[in-house]
Amino acid sequence: MAAPNSNSQFGTSFSPALGFRFLLLASLSILLLIIDHRDNHLDAVRKAIGATVYPLRIVVDAPVSAWRWANETTASRNQLQLENSRLSTERLLTKARLQRYAALEAENARLREMLEATARVREQVRVAEIMSVSSDPFRHVLVIDKGTHDNVFDGQAVIDADGVVGQIIEAGVLSSQAMLISDPGHDLPVEVNRNGLRTIARGTGEFDRLDLPFLPNNADIEPGDLLVTSGRGRAFPAGYPVAIVESVTRIPQEPFAAVTATPAAALDQVREVMLIWASTPDKTEVEPAAESGDVVEEPGQAATADGEPDSSEGETHE
Amino acid sequence: MSDVRISTHVPIILSIVAALMLSIAPMPGWADPFRPTWVVLTLIYWSLTLPNNYSVGSAWIAGLILDVAEGTLLGQHALALCLVVYVTVKFHLQLRQFPMMQLSATVFALLALYQFILFWINGVAGVNSPAVTYWGPVVTGALIWPLLNIVFVGIRQRAR
Repeated sequence: MAAPNSNSQFGTSFSPALGFRFLLLASLSILLLIIDHRDNHLDAVRKAIGATVYPLRIVVDAPVSAWRWANETTASRNQLQLENSRLSTERLLTKARLQRYAALEAENARLREMLEATARVREQVRVAEIMSVSSDPFRHVLVIDKGTHDNVFDGQAVIDADGVVGQIIEAGVLSSQAMLISDPGHDLPVEVNRNGLRTIARGTGEFDRLDLPFLPNNADIEPGDLLVTSGRGRAFPAGYPVAIVESVTRIPQEPFAAVTATPAAALDQVREVMLIWASTPDKTEVEPAAESGDVVEEPGQAATADGEPDSSEGETHE
Repeated sequence: MSDVRISTHVPIILSIVAALMLSIAPMPGWADPFRPTWVVLTLIYWSLTLPNNYSVGSAWIAGLILDVAEGTLLGQHALALCLVVYVTVKFHLQLRQFPMMQLSATVFALLALYQFILFWINGVAGVNSPAVTYWGPVVTGALIWPLLNIVFVGIRQRAR
């Protein structure tokens, strides 16, 4: 930084004020940075500025959505029929699987009741569309078209049809930002579906790779293992598929094995995502501390307000 | 403060808004590391031409909006933009004398300063930001500057 007040070589009138203004604004920025980094006291400021950015996003997104719309409307009849038949078979299969799942869930609830364990929290799901992807290649952040207006909240889980996508980091009024699990700053508590081994999956900055940095060399994990959310940590509900273990390299000298996994969701191709609300379970007694019980939200009207039929619970576990 | 008519400001503010939109517009993944930092380029131009009207204050506001739009720490882009525009306004009399090539080189240095501040704040705050491609926007920004200059001169002549 140059000395801000050495303005004598220019005869312009604004120079001294310029140095002063610059110092003022720079220190204000640094103050903001510190406050924002320490904790989230600036949410209100962010939301206010975010409201001005929202129309810009709409305009910017317009060509893309227009193109998508044009593609859909001009799709040939043949194509539509093919897609239709494919979708109806898929629906049949899913329904059949869901029947079995409903029975299993009832059984599970009954068994848990017998064990006097807490009932699993049921979840409700709502579809959100992706408005844009972060322009910073080193931050994997999506903007979705649902906000606090639709009961979206900070820390909410975001999934797609195949697995966990990420979580909401900033819920605006009409749109929110979601951090992907592949972001270098994202850690997700997971467990190995096969044996319940718990660990942390860390984003790497690449869409198709997660690291599991804290597994000892003798950990019981092998390529092909499915990792699901463990429900520990924050508001993430348990039991959603996250990734499949790709490689396990055990290095004798090192305390931890080098384990990488491939995310189950196609993180770089998602168009629509689903938001999860933990709803009140049918069994009334729920320990608030257990599982994802700390997600307190009224999802009842959220999922049914538009009459969307997509509120289902859970996911297919393999 | 008002050596320019109000009607002049509308196209200038529109150009800054357009730069903001270009910064958040969706781009194919491979092109993202090379996206020019449009807002910085725009503000460098306007603070160079109208330093009495567009200076650190406008830069700071634009930076804050950029912070929210890109979801970075609040104040990060604001500080970097502020510094770049401060240097530009401070030396605007010399910079205006520069031939285009030399000005492009200066823009290159200013953009590098900008990215360095962002990089540095990320480092201090512990946000992971690896890779040399972080510096892609500096190169593309300096390369695109002469073209952008033509566009802005057009806007300016239309405006007065």
